[in-house]
Amino acid sequence: MQTGHDSHADKQPVNTIARTLLYVPAIIAFVYLGAIFSVQIEYPVLSWVIFLPIIGGFLIFLIPRKHEMLARATSLGLTLVAFILSLPLYINFDKTTAKMQFTEVHNWIPAWGIKYSLGVDGISILFVLLSTLLSILCVTVSWTAITEKVKEFYGSILLIEGSMIGVFCSLDFFLFYIFWEAMLIPMYILIGVWGGPNRVYAAIKFFLFTLVGSLLMLVGIIVSYYYTNKSFDVLQMMNTTYPYTIQLILFWAFFAAFAVKVPMFPVHTWLPDAHTEAPTAGSVILAGILIKMGAYGFLRFSIPLFPEAAKAMAPIMIVLSVIAIIYGAVICLAQTDLKRLIAYSSVSHMGFVTLGIFALNMQGIQGGILQMINHGIVTGALFLSVGIIYERTHTREIAHYGGAATAMPVYAAFFMIFTLASIGLPGTNGFIGEFLILLGGFMAWKLMGVLACTGIIIGAGYMLWLYQKVFFLETNPYAHYHEDVNEREFLTLLPLVVLVLWIGFYPNALLSFMEVSVQGLIDRVNVSAQQQITQNIIEVIK
Amino acid sequence: MVPLEWYITLSTVIFIIGVIGFLIRRNIIIMLISIELMLNAVNLSLVAFSHYLQDLKGQILVIFVITVAAAEAAIGLAILVSLYRNKAVVHTDKITEMKG
Amino acid sequence: MTMEKYVLIPLLPLIGFCINIWFGRFYQEKAHWISILAVLGSFILSVITFIEVLQGKVINYDLYSWVISGNFKVSIGFLIDQLTAIMLIVVTSVSLLVHIYSVGYMHGDSGYYRFFSYLNLFTFSMLMLVTGNNLMQLYFGWEAVGLCSYFLIGYYFRKQSAADAGKKAFIVNRFGDFGFGIGVFMVFIYLETLHYTDIFANIHTLQGQTINILGFEIGLVTLIALLLFCGAIGKSAQLPLHVWLADAMEGPTPVSALIHAATMVTAGVFLVARFNPLFSMSETAMMVVALTGAITSLFAATIALVQNDIKRIIAYSTVSQLGYMFLACGVGAYGAGIFHLFTHAYFKALLFLGAGSVMHAMAGQLDIQKMGGLRKYMPITFWTFMIASVSIAGIPGLAGFFSKDEILWLAYNAGTVGRIVWVIGTIVAGLTAFYSFRIVFLTFFGKFKGTHEEEHHLHESPSSMTVPLMILAVGAISAGWVGIPPLLGGTNMIGHFLEPVLGHPHVHGTHAEEWMVIAISVVVALGGIFTAAVMYLWAPGIPQLLGRTFRSIYTVLWNKYYVDELYDYTIVRPTKWIGSRILVGVTDGKIIEGIVNGVPKLIAEFGERFRKLQTGFLQHYAMGMAFGLFVILSLVLIFVKQ
Repeated sequence: MQTGHDSHADKQPVNTIARTLLYVPAIIAFVYLGAIFSVQIEYPVLSWVIFLPIIGGFLIFLIPRKHEMLARATSLGLTLVAFILSLPLYINFDKTTAKMQFTEVHNWIPAWGIKYSLGVDGISILFVLLSTLLSILCVTVSWTAITEKVKEFYGSILLIEGSMIGVFCSLDFFLFYIFWEAMLIPMYILIGVWGGPNRVYAAIKFFLFTLVGSLLMLVGIIVSYYYTNKSFDVLQMMNTTYPYTIQLILFWAFFAAFAVKVPMFPVHTWLPDAHTEAPTAGSVILAGILIKMGAYGFLRFSIPLFPEAAKAMAPIMIVLSVIAIIYGAVICLAQTDLKRLIAYSSVSHMGFVTLGIFALNMQGIQGGILQMINHGIVTGALFLSVGIIYERTHTREIAHYGGAATAMPVYAAFFMIFTLASIGLPGTNGFIGEFLILLGGFMAWKLMGVLACTGIIIGAGYMLWLYQKVFFLETNPYAHYHEDVNEREFLTLLPLVVLVLWIGFYPNALLSFMEVSVQGLIDRVNVSAQQQITQNIIEVIK
Repeated sequence: MVPLEWYITLSTVIFIIGVIGFLIRRNIIIMLISIELMLNAVNLSLVAFSHYLQDLKGQILVIFVITVAAAEAAIGLAILVSLYRNKAVVHTDKITEMKG
Repeated sequence: MTMEKYVLIPLLPLIGFCINIWFGRFYQEKAHWISILAVLGSFILSVITFIEVLQGKVINYDLYSWVISGNFKVSIGFLIDQLTAIMLIVVTSVSLLVHIYSVGYMHGDSGYYRFFSYLNLFTFSMLMLVTGNNLMQLYFGWEAVGLCSYFLIGYYFRKQSAADAGKKAFIVNRFGDFGFGIGVFMVFIYLETLHYTDIFANIHTLQGQTINILGFEIGLVTLIALLLFCGAIGKSAQLPLHVWLADAMEGPTPVSALIHAATMVTAGVFLVARFNPLFSMSETAMMVVALTGAITSLFAATIALVQNDIKRIIAYSTVSQLGYMFLACGVGAYGAGIFHLFTHAYFKALLFLGAGSVMHAMAGQLDIQKMGGLRKYMPITFWTFMIASVSIAGIPGLAGFFSKDEILWLAYNAGTVGRIVWVIGTIVAGLTAFYSFRIVFLTFFGKFKGTHEEEHHLHESPSSMTVPLMILAVGAISAGWVGIPPLLGGTNMIGHFLEPVLGHPHVHGTHAEEWMVIAISVVVALGGIFTAAVMYLWAPGIPQLLGRTFRSIYTVLWNKYYVDELYDYTIVRPTKWIGSRILVGVTDGKIIEGIVNGVPKLIAEFGERFRKLQTGFLQHYAMGMAFGLFVILSLVLIFVKQ
């Protein structure tokens, strides 16, 4: 039986690759033409990208239950269209200004100072693109894995996509909060309905953790509302200088929401459970985008709104980040569950992100943002890959694997690339991100920079250990790999590989987007801190 | 001319009858009737005050109350019927589904 | 643009890699053509470039901006000066020969195309490493060669030991890179650039600056130099990070020859030589480099004395010779170090490929105690192996002699530290001669000690293997002729060639002293060979006798000084223990989860008490409402009136 397996696996990938490569030009042509078309016509890009999936999600609920294929195809089509609609962001973005672009402002509830206000700048634009891309892959990877309640599943994914993008685009706190909370519900359903055996516990834990954090943020939002002449306008808040004590309180209130989402040590324990129990698409969204919302929150709100508090609290944040880096990495060494290990590695990697952000210098923040994108791509890809092999073996125990490289060589090559990106090997995107973050972190606080570097050593340790256990050695007789990746799975992973290498060799493509915006952010922090010092001096003189 | 106090007294008496009826009777139909009594007691005082103050708003409100009361009675009876079909009782001591 | 040409040197192997890894499956057995052509192209271009450099041209330009972040600007670019030119020749020539050799050696392997694509990827990475004009590109190549090494060590991934060895090599190297990375950060923070030319132009500004680490004032130059040296220690398998190299022999033998002897492991030496202006500014750093090199070379040579695995002996010999190169750099003789790197590449690659040829004939047997008398079955392998051994032993006239002698002579001239390392170096020369000829005598002389069946199978290797051996043998003989010292009638061409980059050390010894140094090293080498001959040819009982007499020393050497075990007990196990017992068990498991699950539990218990109020009797609720209404009304009546 074993040999029969092998010979089958040896022949099969050749055909897969050959056949798949036929699709690639077609897809590229489709996306290219779509991009040209969507750049030509004028439309409110952000609103479309947000509400197309949301409305589409509700429409999918209306499809009769027996038409499963229609539900799949509709959601694939909608995510593809949303992706193409988001491409003008990349093409038409003006990299020379730190101002918000693609803005849409309408009065919504004028009596309370609430506006429907959207816009992106160099910090948020990449997340929008990442969200639209990953959503497509979430749909394709679940194609055969989800067989029950199909339309509800795809509807939830679309709802999540829309609200995620809304979070990244909102420039009004009220609107932001609505999106922020709105995406919890489909996510909760996703974990709770299509998850693993312990899904209910994981779903409730996830929900409660994030909700507790969000409520503190809500209080913070309301307080800042009163300090900003009763306006929820974020841009207006960015130009407001809050009293220092208020800044500190608000900083910690926002910290509660964002730190849970990131997740920072010690509020990270929801993540392994949620990741492990969630279905593949859920894990990908969680790892790829949802946890980026926390770090994005720090960048968009905590730092520019409360610059002095951010500067004062940066050492604490850096220490927490470094603890997360090392803690997350060491704990990975003790994991026996495939998804749980990758989940804990996320804790470690997001520690790098927050370290970079709170280094509060150019390299750190740029590295942090880039690393968020990288982590979205790489960890998303790792979860996709795990989902692909889980569909065949139905086990997450690392010990039940072994020798997968023999049976699934193409899959093994994909996984290897993502593993290497995860441990930050040069030529992959992970290297650029980690290098910049560590450089920034080292410039901010040498000791912490050095400690953070140890995370890289341990990172190599657990990822290579994982790779060896799953792919090397003799084929485990308990694992039934059946066949190598098919066309659909191949095409799901291929764009991520391209991104990994593209960013690795030409990171400027992304770094140039954020340069000006990040510079503006740093100026804001430094200028405010300067003012604060001046104030202090004046007070002392008095 | 009947003085206002009489109306108020009558209304109060009817209302208290309604309250006590609602509290001590266990038959759901009787309890619904008690609720109607309370509502009508209120209506009575509303009309009386409306006349006394020469303000039509009170009477308009009465019409609203009557409408709501009718709807309420209809829904209450409907619930009662389905309850009876399921449980074969109209006695509140037998219906303790909400016990914690 | 003429510049296109230099880009092609690393690019060709990369293209070869891409083609083979994607499409190799379609033409399995013909994969080597693309790989060999790619490397051949690089080799020809390297030779052309070398000739240009020989005529005094130095190429330095940026291809494109790689990373720009604030004031952090790094390009992908090329710096081809004298040092790089020599490295280009070494890398491409050995790589080309190993590629050709592998056609025969790997014949019939199921992952044939995979092997060749990895070899190509490695060549690309190594060329990126040596041609880069900035530290980050060096780091790129640095990690990339480590990756290829990981792939190729673990090439037979179904074998537990191979998979383990690959992982070990990667992680041990990461320890070195940890220091290296911090060194790179320090360079950027204090010099605001990573480009070599800018670094070396501004490096004098670091002179005299100190940095406070845990209360100690340490010179900035020393610190940066030592941090960079950490990387070199890892990559070049010096103490205390030498543990991975011997295990790396799990890979196919051509890999050992190319990566773990001739090219990748010498990257550390290249790094130190490249940063010679920095190292030369700090006496402490120089001393550390010299002593690390000397001690490692002695340490590894002693281990090599007692091992029986032919590849492991050569591996320890490599560690030892790399120590020699560091020893040279540490006494300021960078040119001699690179010269030794150059000659070593040929004779060590030859040793490995010869060993591979032997294994090929012996069906994978590695134990030299089970060989013997192979001389008559495989004459070409024997003669080429013999040439390599004579060369490494340092017999006058061959490559190894000139480079080793240059190092010893310059060490002799370099003050107290120099004298110490000279003594160690001379001892190591003797040990090297001994263990090299131990292999030769046990493998090729005497009677065959394997089974009858094995003897029947013995044969000379195919010509795709023997031709590279013969070409390398020419190199092992003649590579040293480019550096014949003036004393012996030469001009030390290579030393003068490298002078613009590496400078030249001060020599104040007399001719008589130089003759003495040469004489001592030759006598020691001959003594080593003679001892080996006595012990393994003429009186085969002596080794066993010695082994029994000095049991404890033998055991320590046999177990490689227990360094692996030491690391296992001090680093690997404690980390895993902390991970599984403390973090999973206590911190995450008890403390954080305790709080997380404790709060809801508390709320649930609270609710458990209060749910009793919910009786389910409608009248109770109504009573509550009525009573509440009464209370509120009374309060209103009481307070609102007043």
